Formats: sequence, C-alpha cells, structure tokens
Amino acid sequence: MELHDIWFILIAVLWTGYFFLEGFDFGIGVLTKLLARDRRERRVLINTIGPVWDGNEVWLLSAGGATFAAFPEWYATLFSGFYLPLLLILVCLIVRGVAFEYRVKRDEERWQRNWEHAIFWCSLLPAFLWGVAFGNIVHGVRIDAHKEYVGSVLDLLNPYALLGGLVTLSLFTFHGAVFASLKTLGDIRERARRTATVLGLITAVLAVGFLGWTQLDKGDTSSLVAMIVAVLALAAALVMNRLGREGWSFAFSGVTVVAAVAMLFLTLFPNVMPSSLNESYNLTVSNASSSAYTLKIMTWCAGIATPVVLLYQGWTYWVFRKRIGTQHIADAH
Amino acid sequence: MDLALAPETLARWQFGITTVYHFLFVPLTISLAALVAGLETAWVRTGKEKYLKATKFWGKLFLINIAMGVVTGIVQEFQFGMNWSDYSRFVGDVFGAPLAFEALIAFFFESTFIGLWIFGWDKLPKKIHCFCMWMVSIGTILSAYFILAANSWMQHPVGYKYNAATGRAELTDFWKVLTQDTTLVVVFHTLTAAFLTGAAFMVGIAAYHLMRKKHVKVMRTSLRLGLITLVIAGALTALSGDQLGKVMFRQQPMKMAAAEALWDKEAPAPFSVFAYGDVDKGHNKVAIEIPGLLSFLAHDDFSSPVPGINDVNKSEQQKYGPGDYRPNIPVAYWGFRWMIGFGMASFAIGLAGLWLTRKKFWLAPGLRTGDEEPPNLALTKNKVLGVRLSKAYWSLAFVTLGFPLIANSWGWIFTEMGRQPWVVYGVLKTSSAVSPGVSQGEVLTSMTVFTLLYAILAVIEVRLLVKYVKAGPPELTDDDLNPPTRIGGDHTDADRPMAFSY
Repeated sequence: MELHDIWFILIAVLWTGYFFLEGFDFGIGVLTKLLARDRRERRVLINTIGPVWDGNEVWLLSAGGATFAAFPEWYATLFSGFYLPLLLILVCLIVRGVAFEYRVKRDEERWQRNWEHAIFWCSLLPAFLWGVAFGNIVHGVRIDAHKEYVGSVLDLLNPYALLGGLVTLSLFTFHGAVFASLKTLGDIRERARRTATVLGLITAVLAVGFLGWTQLDKGDTSSLVAMIVAVLALAAALVMNRLGREGWSFAFSGVTVVAAVAMLFLTLFPNVMPSSLNESYNLTVSNASSSAYTLKIMTWCAGIATPVVLLYQGWTYWVFRKRIGTQHIADAH
Repeated sequence: MDLALAPETLARWQFGITTVYHFLFVPLTISLAALVAGLETAWVRTGKEKYLKATKFWGKLFLINIAMGVVTGIVQEFQFGMNWSDYSRFVGDVFGAPLAFEALIAFFFESTFIGLWIFGWDKLPKKIHCFCMWMVSIGTILSAYFILAANSWMQHPVGYKYNAATGRAELTDFWKVLTQDTTLVVVFHTLTAAFLTGAAFMVGIAAYHLMRKKHVKVMRTSLRLGLITLVIAGALTALSGDQLGKVMFRQQPMKMAAAEALWDKEAPAPFSVFAYGDVDKGHNKVAIEIPGLLSFLAHDDFSSPVPGINDVNKSEQQKYGPGDYRPNIPVAYWGFRWMIGFGMASFAIGLAGLWLTRKKFWLAPGLRTGDEEPPNLALTKNKVLGVRLSKAYWSLAFVTLGFPLIANSWGWIFTEMGRQPWVVYGVLKTSSAVSPGVSQGEVLTSMTVFTLLYAILAVIEVRLLVKYVKAGPPELTDDDLNPPTRIGGDHTDADRPMAFSY
C-alpha cells in the first residue's frame, strides 16, 4: 500500500468522523422544530450538544485542510466545481455557529425566535447538501482533461445525488434523535425514541434505495459488505431503540453512518473524483495527490494528533455525560 | 471583459473583504484568551473576588468575539479551493501541510477546550477550568503560527522545488518553511500586535467605566493589566516591525520601496513622512522626508543605498520577463503609514496612561487612591490633570480600543497588496492563481453574499458587545465562589439547573 492510499483512508476517516459527530449535531438542529414542543425543550436539545458542537465541526476543517495538503487537485476541483452548494453550506455553518452562541445573549422574543429558525434551517440544509455533494462525487461529474469541473450547478441536482441528500438528512436526523434519547430526561426522552422509530424507518427505505443504487452502479464485493453492515446496523439501532437500550441504539446508528460513508469511499477508490466525460480524466489517488515527502510529514502529524484529539474530545463527552431535562435549564442567564 | 469585474479582481476583493474581516476577531481572540487565562489564574491563586469578576466579564466579551472568529475562519479554509483553484493545485503540496497542521492541532484544541470552559463552571474544579482557558490560549497561538508559516511561504518561498512534470511547487524541507526568518519574524510581529490589540481593548473599556466611576475595583485591575500589556506589546510590536522591515528590504525590495514611495535609488535614503506621487510618471510631486532614516530602517546605518521602485521594476523585468512588477503604490505607501500610525498612537496612549495612573512611584501620598476609587491622573508628583484634561485622557483611552484594529487591517492590506502582482513571490502571479472554471457570476454572488452577511453580523456583534460592556461585571453567586472540587461537580441534587446553558 502506498502513502497516497493510506491518505485516501485517512481522508475517509476524517469525513467519517465529521459525519458521525456533526451528523447528530445537525439532527439535533432539525429536531428543535420536529421534536421540541416549546422553547424550554428546544433549549434542552441545543444544550445536549452545547459543549461539543464546535469541536465536532473542526472535523470538517481537518478533512478540508487534509484534503488540501494530501490531494490538492481533489481539493481544487471539488470546491471550485461545487461552488454554489459549498457557498450555501458555508453560509449555513456561519449562521448556525453564531446562532448557538448568541441566542441566549438577549431575552427579546423576536431575537431568540430568529436564531432558532436559523438553527433549524442551517442544520437542515448542510445535512442535505453534504449528501448531494457526496452523491455527485461518487457518481462522477463533468470533469475535463484539465481537471476542471465544466458542468453547471443544475447538473449537480440529479436524482441520484438528490436521493443521497435525502439519505444524509434523514440518517443524521435519526442519529440525532437517538442521541437526544440518550442525553435527555423525562417526556422529551420518550418522544425522542418514538420520533427515532419513524425517522429510522424512513431512513431505512431511503438508504436501501440509495446504497442499492450505488452498489448496482459502481459497487464491488467490499462495498457490498459495507452496505450490508450499514443496513444491519440501522436495523439493530431501530431494535435497540424499541427496547429502550439508548446507548446501544446510538452505537448502532453511529455504525450506520460509518458503514455508509465507508461504502461511498470504497466505491470511489482508487478514484477520488471520477469524470463522467471520459475515464482518463478521472482524478485518482495517484494523479491528485501530493508528493511522497508531504504525505510522509502529514502522516506523522495525523498519526500523532488524531489519537490525542480523540482522547481529549472523548474526555469532554465524559465530563458532560449527565442527561439533561427541562429542570436543568435556568430561566435567566 | 471589464477589468473591474474580472474574476481575478472580484476574487481578490472577496479574499480581501473576508480576510480583513476575519482578522478583526483573530488578534482579539489570541490576546484575550491569554489575558482571561491570566485573570483566572489570579483568581485561582489569590481567591480575590475581583479577579473572578474580571474573568467572567472579559470572558464573556471574549466569547462574543471568538464566535465570530471561528465561523469566519471556516470560509478561509475553503475559499482557496473555491476562488483560487489554480493556486491550490500549484501550492497545495507545500501550503496545504501547515493548514492541515493548524486544523489538526490548533483548531481542535481551541474548540474543544472552549466548550469545556463555557459549560464547565459547575463541572470542573477551578484549577482544571483555568487550565482549559490556557489550552485555548495555546491553541490560538499555535493556529497563528501555522497559518503565518503558510503565509510567509507566499511572501518568501523556501524549502520547495518546482516540478516541471507536475507543473507545481513541491515541498522539500518542511522544517525550513516552519523556521525561516520570515516566518519567525512575522509570527513575532503578529503576536505582539495581537496583544497590543487586546490590551487596547481592555484599556478602552476599563477607561469607559472608570470615567463614569463604575465597577471601579474590577476596572482598576483591568486597566492596570491592560496598560502594562499595551506598553510591553507596543514596544515589542515596534521592535518586531523594524526586524520585519529589514527582512522585507532583503526579500521583497519592491514592497518596501513602494511603502516609501521611493522611486529611484538613493544613498543615503530618506524616510518619507508625506508624499503625493504621480504613479504614471514614476516620481513624487510633493514629499516631506527625514534624511537617512530609510537607510537605517533597511540596513542599520544612515548611508547605505536603498533601491527605488523603478530600479526594482527593471531588475524584476530582467529576471522574470517583460511586465509591470509594481504594486499599487498609494495603497502600499499609505497602508504602511496607517499601520504604524495607529499602532504607535495606541502605544503612546498606553505609555501616557501607565505614567498618569501610577500607584505610588513619584506620587504624593495624598494623591494615591485606594482599591475602590478611580486612579488620579497625576502628571507630576503633586499635580493631577484638571477635570477637562482628565476627561480628555479617559476619552482618548476609550477610543484607542479601535486603533490597533485599524492598524492590523492596514498591515495586512499593505503586506498582501505590496506583494502584487505575485501571489507567491517570484513564483506564481495572482492572475494565474484564480479558478478558471468559476464564472464571474459565481464569484460576484459569493462576494455579495459574504459581504452582506458579514455586514449584518457586524451590526449584531457590535450591539451585543456594547450591551455586555455597559452591563459591566456580573454579581457573583455562592456557586461562583464555591466551584466544584471534583470533575462532574459536587452537587447531589440531580435536578439542579446548569450554571450555564445555551
């Protein structure tokens, strides 16, 4: 295995980490309107991710920065090609981050309501758009001989990619609902479980469709295995949710995310961005990667930093491990 | 295509707007993290309430600020790919690594420990809570270091070779990128300027309250901390700026010639105080100069020759082929002056403040003030400033909080625009760096969207800051004064509300 293959795996790991962690963050954001009945319940939900959402989002910055360093051509083609959807994602992430921090800083009704709308929409849109983006990456887009994306933004809105968007949206919302049931107390916890059941079933239908389509279109044996794992994990998460085993349910919804992302990357390899115009224009791990020297340095950095990050991020989750309910939300701030 | 709306022009405007805006928050974040950590350390060590109040007050302003710094930073990470894809392809092998280091090492530090700090008041023992803010502070400094190493490589590319087969720059010596003199001096200059910024912010707000005789105890402490930091950071900013100038005279003579509007070689070269040039004809119409000073700034003596814009332009034409290698001269010239002027004005105000508000030194006992009253502004041993002059000083001290922000912005505009037409000096031109596949409409859209969004957020942010500045330090509760002794908190009451919740 060459260094650029290892880096393909590491980039996949960073994106997987991002979708696993910010996946339930996005889900919580969507659930503030789907699940919460009043402001106090909305605040319970938001506070389940309060201390951690920022750290979760850094997984995206790491994935972006590592792609830039390890596969500059991939980074350049992807972000200049998917320009407008990425712009929308960035705007959402900006507004959403500010919304979390600023919502409580004033007591006026209108102020708080507006930021709550922002949290909902700016969680929902990226959750959907990341799926659209990855659907397009896997499916292949119009890339010319100069590694430039020559399609239009409408080309990105094809049925396969849109289905991918619906899958990430529903999967992340499901993942978020399971997380909510794990982190809350009282009435909202019960309702989170019921909502999770509905969302899980919707996700199952959509995911089987999308992953099946992917398998028929691009799959091989390894991707088939990943797909089966994803589907079984989703079923297990649903069963555990019904049984009230919230920790297990969350573990399995996490495995679903991991396996689904793994499947996409497995179908992609050894390409990183296939061209739909001509196979010889494909961006691959070898023609899009950095020099061996850069990859070696990056390997040292990631090899040391990532476990340390996991350690102290894990510690944060442990510090804030207690469930919260409406009684824990103070009136004044 | 109309030059004003060419994708290159638009992409440059967008980068300028988003980056200058982002950098309003960065220096405040860097310095306030350390200052808040210092105040919290003082609370942990002495148990004095004023330090805890100060920690909470400045901590809140810090959080309002860092929220904006974090979210506007996300754009920075991705806009190289969006608007500058040919740049990204060309330099990714070199430039990407420090960026990835920044995310993997610094961003995780900052974001994780800031979460622990915000929500940890009733969950963490005070020493660990304080430790978290120090970790945030280390994160901000590491972040600055890595991104400045990347920027310094654009200013002065080292540790790479051009690979003709792949058509890109490839890294050969990462250590050199991290430790070249440009990087080290730029980091020194940027960090000292960051502390100048945070200190001026602290001085300004403390002055605002002291002028009104409000929250005196906390604000006296803050003023003192702010003034001392301001003076030390101001002196070091000047020192590091001088060193950076010398490095730049060597590495980018054009930038420094432009900064001086020095058109033709002179020995000894004068420092220009004011000039009005005719760019097309290549000389100044009006100029006020200090003889020999520029030679000193460049070479540490008053007689050495300093090449002018026309000389450097000619030598670059010989080296890189025909073309115009002059940056925008008025922007470089005035940017350089605004940077120094506003930065040093803040330093001077700090120096004056440190003298005027001294506690005991050369001060009649009757003029010394206690903890509960605002300091007298004592000019000499027995003489304090009159009511009018006192008010004038406090007002000046208040407005100085904005000065370093202006200086920082011009500093970046100067150093980035002064490097033009290059994006990587001597290696890649800005015009060859833009995304060929991105349309004018797309760049225009994103530029408009970011500008509008940032403008709205600026209004929201400033109004929030004003609200919390005016409110002053919070009253402390029993819980504040009795932090947990073990991780997770001491309370047995399971239904107790959280100390802080979103």
